[in-house]
Amino acid sequence: MKVKVCITLKPGLLDAQGKTIKGALESLGFKGVADVRMDKYLEIELNGAHAAASAKKEVERMCQKLLANPVVETYRIELG
Amino acid sequence: MKFGVVVFPGSNCDQDCAEVLRDVLRQPVVTLWHQETSLRGCDAIVLPGGFSYGDYLRTGAIAKFSPIMGAISRFARDGGLVIGICNGFQILVEAGLLPGALLRNVGLRFICRFVTLRVERADTPFTNRFRPGQAVRLPIAHNEGRYTVDAKTLPAIQPQVVFRYCDAEGRITDDANPNGSMDAIAGLTNRAGNVLGMMPHPERASEEALGSTDGRLVFESMLEAYAHA
Repeated sequence: MKVKVCITLKPGLLDAQGKTIKGALESLGFKGVADVRMDKYLEIELNGAHAAASAKKEVERMCQKLLANPVVETYRIELG
Repeated sequence: MKFGVVVFPGSNCDQDCAEVLRDVLRQPVVTLWHQETSLRGCDAIVLPGGFSYGDYLRTGAIAKFSPIMGAISRFARDGGLVIGICNGFQILVEAGLLPGALLRNVGLRFICRFVTLRVERADTPFTNRFRPGQAVRLPIAHNEGRYTVDAKTLPAIQPQVVFRYCDAEGRITDDANPNGSMDAIAGLTNRAGNVLGMMPHPERASEEALGSTDGRLVFESMLEAYAHA
């Protein structure tokens, strides 16, 4: 079963890469770009069959323990 | 005073640290492989610079789970001296032994050059050989050196700040801040003062031939602290 995880910098923190990408877009002539944030996206393939709730809980624990740095990052989990 | 320099897969400053401690400071040194679970009676632990685990996921994110970190946590909790340099600092914040996090430099460039630091506290086991307010020159070499902590914690950790980036006259300015670190923080200790993390490399400023010996004072301070413990 596939679980998708998006790890983002907490709002309010400077996203230097996002800011640079915004600058690059603007220099390419794209007007009206208010902001760009660049996140990390992981796809986790779990072995075997999982009930949705237990899969989500398992990946939540992965996020809390390793995948996200709670000081500066938050995460979103999407199943399937 | 016996020093233990920890080696993770991808550490690359361990040899420099060991050589400075052994040949310049003339102290017994062992290297500790990250999978060891004993600190072999070391009196101080050095987490050196480098790219542990290739900086995959986040710098220091995976190294914090290395087997040796259990022994290091207990050693730190019991008051043992631990110094984390560059990647070592990143590992210490990931492991929660120091507050905050180290993010990508604001300029997005890997910066490799000398900086000037102002010594904020000369009463720690790592800085007792400095004068408070002294401006010292050490090199940095990093891509993720932006010290960051949440707005609530930032005032609380000010007494723990040991080094700030400054200009040649010791002034804290935006221009003197190479990576956008909050409050120009280049190095700080835990609340108890026995664990230090710093982004600049004291081991690269311990011999005249490399352009500065200001970094040697960090290790000499540790010897001083140990001698009077």
